[in-house]
Amino acid sequence: MSAAPSAASVTPLVSMKAIDKSFPGVHALKSVSFEVLPGEVHALMGENGAGKSTLMKILSGVYSRDSGTVEFNGKPVEIGSPREAQNMGIGIIHQELSLMPDLNAAQNIFIGREPRTAGGLLIDEKKLNAGATELFKRIGLNIDPRTPVSRLTIAKQQMVEIAKALSNESRVLIMDEPTAALNDAEIAELFTIIRQLKAEGVGIVYISHKMDELERIADRVTVMRDGAYVDTLPAATTPVQTIIEMMVGREIAHAAPDIPDLSAAEVVLEVRNLNRGREIQNVSFSVKKGEILGFAGLMGAGRTEVARAVFGADPFTSGEIFVHGKKVDIRQPRDAVQAGIGYLSEDRKQFGLATGMDVANNVAMASLERFIGTGGVIDDGKIAGTAREYIDQLSIKTPTEHQEARLLSGGNQQKVVVAKWLLRDCEVLFFDEPTRGIDIGAKNEIYKLLNQLAAQGRAIIVISSELPEILRLSHRIAVMCEGRLTGFLPGGNTPQEEIMKLATQRHDDTAPAGNAREEEKMGETA
Amino acid sequence: MTAISSRPGIGAMFRTQGAQKLLAFAGLVVLLVGFSLASDRFFQTSNVIAILQAASVNGVLAIAATLIIITGGIDLSVGTLMTFCAVICGVVLTYLGLPMPIGLAAAILAGTASGLASGIFVAKLKVPPFIATLGMMLILKGLSLVISGTRPIYFNDTPGFTQIATGSIIGNFFPAVPLPNGVVILFVVAGLAAFVLGRTVLGRYAFALGSNEEALRLSGVNVDRWKIAIYALGGSIVGVAGILIASRLNSAQPALGLGYELDAIAAVVIGGTSLRGGQGTILGTVIGALIMAVLANGLRILSVAQEWQTVVTGSIIILAVYADMLRRQRAAAAA
Repeated sequence: MSAAPSAASVTPLVSMKAIDKSFPGVHALKSVSFEVLPGEVHALMGENGAGKSTLMKILSGVYSRDSGTVEFNGKPVEIGSPREAQNMGIGIIHQELSLMPDLNAAQNIFIGREPRTAGGLLIDEKKLNAGATELFKRIGLNIDPRTPVSRLTIAKQQMVEIAKALSNESRVLIMDEPTAALNDAEIAELFTIIRQLKAEGVGIVYISHKMDELERIADRVTVMRDGAYVDTLPAATTPVQTIIEMMVGREIAHAAPDIPDLSAAEVVLEVRNLNRGREIQNVSFSVKKGEILGFAGLMGAGRTEVARAVFGADPFTSGEIFVHGKKVDIRQPRDAVQAGIGYLSEDRKQFGLATGMDVANNVAMASLERFIGTGGVIDDGKIAGTAREYIDQLSIKTPTEHQEARLLSGGNQQKVVVAKWLLRDCEVLFFDEPTRGIDIGAKNEIYKLLNQLAAQGRAIIVISSELPEILRLSHRIAVMCEGRLTGFLPGGNTPQEEIMKLATQRHDDTAPAGNAREEEKMGETA
Repeated sequence: MTAISSRPGIGAMFRTQGAQKLLAFAGLVVLLVGFSLASDRFFQTSNVIAILQAASVNGVLAIAATLIIITGGIDLSVGTLMTFCAVICGVVLTYLGLPMPIGLAAAILAGTASGLASGIFVAKLKVPPFIATLGMMLILKGLSLVISGTRPIYFNDTPGFTQIATGSIIGNFFPAVPLPNGVVILFVVAGLAAFVLGRTVLGRYAFALGSNEEALRLSGVNVDRWKIAIYALGGSIVGVAGILIASRLNSAQPALGLGYELDAIAAVVIGGTSLRGGQGTILGTVIGALIMAVLANGLRILSVAQEWQTVVTGSIIILAVYADMLRRQRAAAAA
């Protein structure tokens, strides 16, 4: 293991050695080692599913390890719970914001450690609010500490999380993608805070997917791949390309899609001036037959909201939807399905699959009326036969069509949902984070599947928070930020920075992008 | 949209959800005005006091239910637990002949113990609250019958027992306002519960539990312990309701109690507390209980049959929650 030169002389704040962890069916961590020195920012890199979050959850007491040792300040420790980690001085800012929306900002920050009065019986609200105000001042956050968290933007909520971690007097601070929802100015502020903490001797574990941040903030980089430790390198002298190759485990050929010539293709779906409050503001776009339109943006940008509104799963206040140039009135998913629009949700288990039912019935679920036989009885034989066709066509890995859907792997569950919509003859398919929680091999299969569907003449809309995925799949890219469509970009060789620029283009940053006109222009070039 | 800030201090008991409380309060006022116009017998001191007295038992039960519902749970056992506490009180006072304070303490302790048990089932054994308290509901119903030998226990040997609910200490000082003690107890329990919710750590964690239990756990809080504590507190408040109903009836009726839990939950819901947890107020619940009592009383005065009263109450519940949904949707759209 090649560590920074300073590592030998200083006792690490945290030293994790040969950590192993398995979940049912997944070997999540394979003998991983990791250390944090006082005053260093140690970046932890790896693709989704590489095991970064799992490793950090072990360090912060959320998970227990199967084997291996954890030392804090040179002494072996057992971290049995989040509280023990906290007391030890290990703070974590989780990737999924873990705030309580019904409580206000100050209450959230001091949850579990409320200042008390009256002999510990009552909460000292004054001290609570004053403490929060002081923390906010320290990180330059200008909000009333008594504002309910549900009323804050995602970026502000993130800052509240940081304030919460800071309030803990943490000696080790784990930041799991802290900048995912922040704009440039907010990121700069965050980095100022990180440098300040560094100077105070705090060790920081920094998990991020944004390569450019490494040079700006990290001292060392540890790379993980498929649950295993790869290497630890100094951040300043290691080229980004090297880190990326270590993350993916191969030299990446630039994987741009072959963009078909769609100039003569028919527009299948057109959405004009869709609106709903702040979540969806005047969004217009169209998709052609055979086109893959990628929707990029940060968490909470409104992409899922748009998809769900077009699909009729959520209402919209104004806007028009056209399918094959004909206006359709979509009030509920049923209307969308009849118009030939399918939606594959982000959370398959919750929304897309009846996990307790078998593959065959999941495939048939949206088209049951086709399988009604004599006397109104459902023809299970016919369902099974149809399911088998799709199992072959999409190469779904399942022992039989009667396997319960929940027993399939993530990628195969995704395919079952695709089969459901194909059976329904959907011409427009929304894929919302289609590869979330799917391992790398299965990801490639999903990519192949999407290309295949487009080649067959279906219009595909892919929502993804992973830029490489967007770039790899999209023929054209729509970018959203805070409910607005901030622009369209051509697919293929578009630099990630250009997408990020549009994805963080707050309303007050620059002049509005003029969605409708942009759309026309892009439509011509695409 | 202006930010709604929850005022610190005692004001915190009236925090958030101003709109729904306003809605419930407006509903109460409309009912009061409507019934007053419909019958001049309605707005008389004696009738208003009867309404308050009728609201007191359901109100106290609903306060207990509110605490649990705010955590995202539910307590179906409050009705039969109330009876169980009354029976325990009767056993201690009438069968054992012990002094009154011991009987009252026994009732409240019985409630606390039962709440503790429900809390342990929910928090430690991870039995869903609906099932755990459904089980407790039946267990307590059975135990009440067993302990009492299925016969009512009368409190004739305990002088002053009926005064607990029906006497009027306030009336002694201000004869013009003969407010029964039962009503005063309702308001005292409401004040204490609102104080616990608004000012204490227990209250804060109750909201946090209902809002995002996992986040609370990740914050290093021992969620199980606090959840158990809330169920236990709810149980002790049900103990108070047990004393109230025993005092009003001058007896512990072991067969009574089933169905009271639904009235309590109805009051909570009408008062604007979300069954999803994380939100709710005691003031809203008290208003909810008053609305139900006013409805029952007013319809009776207008000679509407008992059967129709339940139909109306049911409709009001659906209407109240629908109005709340509309308000939320509008708030979400405006945000």
